[in-house]
Amino acid sequence: MSTHDSNGSAGDGGLERHDDDHGALERHGEVSAVPERFENPGLPDHLHRVTDVDPRAARRAERQVALMFGLSALGTIVTTVAYYAVQLDSDLSFDAYLGRVKLSNFLLGFGLFLALFFVGAGAIHWAKTLMPDDERVEYRHLQRGTEEQRADALRILKEGAAETGLGRRPLLRNSLLGAMALIPLPAVFLLRDTGPLPGDSLSTTVWKKGTRLTLDPTGQPLKAEDLTIGSIAHIMPEGIEKTEHPLDERAKAAVLVMRLNPDDLAEESQAGAFSGIVAYSKICTHMGCPVALYEQQTHHLLCPCHQSTFDLKQNCKVIFGPAKRPLPQLPITVDDEGYLVAKDGFSQAVGPSFWERG
Amino acid sequence: MTALAARRRHPLATAVLVLIGLVVMGAAYAAVLPGRAAASGTVSADVEAGRKVFLANCATCHGLQAQGRNNAPSLIGVGAASVDFQVGTGRMPLQQSGPQAPQSKRKLSDDEVRQVAAYIASLSPGPSIPTSEEYAATGGDVSRGGLIFRTNCAMCHNFAGKGGALTRGKYAASLTGVEPKYIYEAMLTGPQSMPVFNDQTMDPQAKKDVIAYLQTIEKAPSPGGFALGSIGPVSEGLVGWAVGLLALIGCAVWLGRKTS
Repeated sequence: MSTHDSNGSAGDGGLERHDDDHGALERHGEVSAVPERFENPGLPDHLHRVTDVDPRAARRAERQVALMFGLSALGTIVTTVAYYAVQLDSDLSFDAYLGRVKLSNFLLGFGLFLALFFVGAGAIHWAKTLMPDDERVEYRHLQRGTEEQRADALRILKEGAAETGLGRRPLLRNSLLGAMALIPLPAVFLLRDTGPLPGDSLSTTVWKKGTRLTLDPTGQPLKAEDLTIGSIAHIMPEGIEKTEHPLDERAKAAVLVMRLNPDDLAEESQAGAFSGIVAYSKICTHMGCPVALYEQQTHHLLCPCHQSTFDLKQNCKVIFGPAKRPLPQLPITVDDEGYLVAKDGFSQAVGPSFWERG
Repeated sequence: MTALAARRRHPLATAVLVLIGLVVMGAAYAAVLPGRAAASGTVSADVEAGRKVFLANCATCHGLQAQGRNNAPSLIGVGAASVDFQVGTGRMPLQQSGPQAPQSKRKLSDDEVRQVAAYIASLSPGPSIPTSEEYAATGGDVSRGGLIFRTNCAMCHNFAGKGGALTRGKYAASLTGVEPKYIYEAMLTGPQSMPVFNDQTMDPQAKKDVIAYLQTIEKAPSPGGFALGSIGPVSEGLVGWAVGLLALIGCAVWLGRKTS
């Protein structure tokens, strides 16, 4: 409870100067024209709390604090018991397991809440009701040192600079500068090698001429007649699970196949369409979310993340939202057995923009 | 015999022969097809009754021949399943025009729904109403259903099947509490904005799996405690900000107040 004692000799001088007038303004005498407006009103009278004057109230507060600490202890016990008592056995049924997880989460959370909240609440209630609450004044001291201290510090700095002899020994100075200039160099190759460079992986997918369209996630190939008008199918290229990095490839190769009335298709999508069936990349050109909401009456494709809307009837042109480029079309045809296959890979990179894509 | 032989060149002989032939043919036809005639009696009665119900309730918008007018689509070829879904869930007959026909109280009786379905199915072939074995969840693989649901359905209907918004006031309906039959029919026919998932793009077993998955998550307890409608960050954020922040502000006020 430091009141007028301060922390350090440096502040003593300042403190003395300004204990009485409580500020720097009047020390300089600049506002003497209206001094009464800034008169220090002083502190209000100290009001005693109920617990200060009534011993029964104090005892009651004491019991309340003890109760809070008791609740905290109870919470710790609940947490400990719950952790060991509620076992998540793997042989439980799905529903029973989820029920167990729910009970476990609830007991652990509730127990920890009791333990942590009430130890803090008890401490605060204790401080507010039982510990002394009389007002004490502690003035700030000046941060500026005395003139002697400032001159001393400056002298030390100058002496140090002279002692290094940098001005007299240019060899030392130049070699130091050279060494410092070289230090950032390892960052270039260390940071460069933190991961493989993407190469052309952002621009390519596993789709190539003749790749069959298979249903996601069942993997069965799809015939043209399987799709009725108004249908949609979520498609992955055949054999994607056998690639080196299936998840990376899936993230790029996902395709949507829809069948429309052929007259509804735009001129530019006709070349890659097969009797009204069109395939478009499912990866949004904005941030790469799966554009999978399809309104079969309006033929709009929506991205669930930022509501970019692509119009299937206009070659997936963006008609709303933050996406800037249309979804790339995958040209398709059928093979000898009637299965839908890619006529070619994507003619442009799928998904969001990146530096080299432009 | 001789009398008959003698009259075989009578001018009426040909006419009599033709008459006898026709009578025999007619009798044989009637003898061969009595069962079918009897069975198609109820179907055609349903079709006829369905046509009347259709004219009374649906023809104003869909046209006298169910050919569709203005914004009302043609019903030729939509199949019985589509009628059963739209009328059975009360979406049709439409009460007022809007972005989407909402689910509401059913206006036609079971019989009337069946009759209209029979009438529409008689116009042109289309998906028929699934049988209870087809749409029952028994025998469905819940885990596979989850995979299929997350790939094909979750983007519109939400990960927990709670539905979600589409454009211009349209929305994907909540799947909670929907009868399995209607879920099956919706996949089969693609009502309103929903695309079609026919038996080739999503085979009957896959549909069964999806229904089994939906029924499982519907009654499964929420491991997080309060599901808050399972609609994701909107309700969770609201509760976090409104309840959590209010509690913190309350604590701060209590901390700063002078004890009396």
